[in-house]
Amino acid sequence: MLRLPAKSAAAFLIIQKMIQAVTFKTKGINFREKAFRKTLTLSALVAVILLLAIFITLLLHSLPSIKALGAGFFFNKTWDPVTDDYGALPFLVGTLLTSFLALLISTPFSIAVSIFLGEYYKKGPVAGVFKNIIDLLAGIPSVIYGFWGLFVLVPVVRLLQLKLGIPPYGVGIFTSSIVLAIMILPFSVSLSRQVISMVPDDLKEAAYSLGATRFEVITKVILPYTRSGLFAGLLLALGRALGETMAVTMLIGNTHALPTGIFSPGNTMASVIANEFSEATGTVYTAALIEMGLFLFIVATVINILGKQIIKRFTV
Amino acid sequence: MNFKKIMVPLVALSLGLASCGGNQSEQAGGTASDVNKDGILGAGATFPYPFYSKVFDVYNKEKGIKVNYQSIGSGGGIKQLQNKTVDFGASDAPMSDEELSKAPAPIVHIPSALGAVIVTYNLPGNPVLKFTPEVLANIFLGKIKKWNDQTIAAINPGTNLPDLAISVVHRSDGSGTTYIFSDYLSKVSADWNTKPGKGKSLDWPVGLGAKGNEGVSGLVKQTPGSIGYVELVYALQNKMPAAELQNKAGNFVAASLATTTAAANMDLPADMRVSLTNTDAPDGYPIASFTYLLLYKNQKYDNRTEASAKAAVDLVRYVIHEGQQYATALGYAPLPEAAVKKAEEILQSVTYGDKSLQ
Repeated sequence: MLRLPAKSAAAFLIIQKMIQAVTFKTKGINFREKAFRKTLTLSALVAVILLLAIFITLLLHSLPSIKALGAGFFFNKTWDPVTDDYGALPFLVGTLLTSFLALLISTPFSIAVSIFLGEYYKKGPVAGVFKNIIDLLAGIPSVIYGFWGLFVLVPVVRLLQLKLGIPPYGVGIFTSSIVLAIMILPFSVSLSRQVISMVPDDLKEAAYSLGATRFEVITKVILPYTRSGLFAGLLLALGRALGETMAVTMLIGNTHALPTGIFSPGNTMASVIANEFSEATGTVYTAALIEMGLFLFIVATVINILGKQIIKRFTV
Repeated sequence: MNFKKIMVPLVALSLGLASCGGNQSEQAGGTASDVNKDGILGAGATFPYPFYSKVFDVYNKEKGIKVNYQSIGSGGGIKQLQNKTVDFGASDAPMSDEELSKAPAPIVHIPSALGAVIVTYNLPGNPVLKFTPEVLANIFLGKIKKWNDQTIAAINPGTNLPDLAISVVHRSDGSGTTYIFSDYLSKVSADWNTKPGKGKSLDWPVGLGAKGNEGVSGLVKQTPGSIGYVELVYALQNKMPAAELQNKAGNFVAASLATTTAAANMDLPADMRVSLTNTDAPDGYPIASFTYLLLYKNQKYDNRTEASAKAAVDLVRYVIHEGQQYATALGYAPLPEAAVKKAEEILQSVTYGDKSLQ
């Protein structure tokens, strides 16, 4: 407690120096301009500092597990808190399976909706209503998706499993993926729609003048032209799917075994953390859970940066 | 913009921010104990929360002393007591020797009530089933796969058991309920004891996980042929089917508040850190457990006043005597007389420095 003021004073000095460095070249502009700029810079810096601080906190707290388990953490199939043996492989597989399956399910819908809103109904009341509804999907709390999945989707999937002759769990990787697919739809649609609506009219008109039909314009001009933008949209959606916790925890069946197929129950990294962190005791146990959080953090960040880079290349 | 110039101090600052969190125990020490200002602070187990909240409410009305209890989970309660940020902790499982050795000073366990774990299932008509320890363990080990298995039928003559696959449902979140249930199975089954063993979270051999009592009971209700375990309180409130279990004496006992209290009618150790599962009591339900309040044996620590120490001890005494009358109505099993006597003895050993707190 006593050390804090000294720390924050030092922090303040550092920030001041940084701001001086940044604003060095803008001497002579009047004071208000400068003060405004300083405030903005500070707020931007706070965000960066927080991100780094989260990363460093995760890293420091996962050190005991990194030391005790090493790289085996990612290849070990057993997760047993009783014997202090932790391997994240089943959860890694669970996370990747649910996320990519969700992406697979949502992609056709996301592209279809994007073409509909970006090409056919760019403006007007119909477009407004559809856009708002799609955006609303992103605003629904994930626990509600979980409830909906439990009450509606699980019985349906159970019937399907009975027909197929597999154990009728209802919950599992497949069920989670369907709900995830709906949850990530607005994220890819919002980007893809904009990209499609930005295709230059010259290009489309040139194709029409050569006798192309609308379908041909979409498949031969718009989609190739917007390819990287659509891909970026999917990447952002994937980043969202990887970290989703609540709905998945409610629907995935929460078993520690390596999933054997898309209908089998499993666990994702996020759901294990949500399930076990609050009652985790013991240094390595807690650290192993945090290490999983660190890994999830890194994967999500890399995917986001990748997506942003592709968007940048597309728009320049 | 000069990127390097900015990044170096940024990283330094982030490091500072990240390391700020390490000193919580220093910050909060001693400030929590002023009775008049904050009332009495406690934290821990979620399972007895409705019981505690009722007793503490009555206590406040009678004595004018506020008790602030945060139900953050047993693990959190133990951590907060170790950091001395609360006057008392609460835990469903007794603290392990390792946890006790990590605490800065000796801690005493005072039982406040009893809970039990019941085995529930979803079968056509939901008949009352009987289970022996071996059968129960083998079901949760995945060795018995069908409801019409010979071993189940042999102890349930006259019950119509369907040709249905058994789906096991267990808790996915770390939980005291899982600890008590697995503690029992470890005692009655050598196979269970080697793997998966006992703990708040397990590497389950079969089955689906669901979060909380409500998650398990929801999944059991939805899935035909499923079997799971939930707290007795929860099962009573929701009128769920519960199996009769064969106890150590060989009697099949249904779970109830009376049979749970009866489970504590056995030889209790002086420090009360005891597992009641697989009890010797002939009419006791075999998956029962104490829930505990935790106190430092020497209440004089940091700058804690004698008044706040006495307030905490008086409160705990109230819980084990007058407070017991509120247990049954809320679905908790009250302590048997022998246990109250032992708890009182432990409470009398709590001191403030060299002074007794009587």
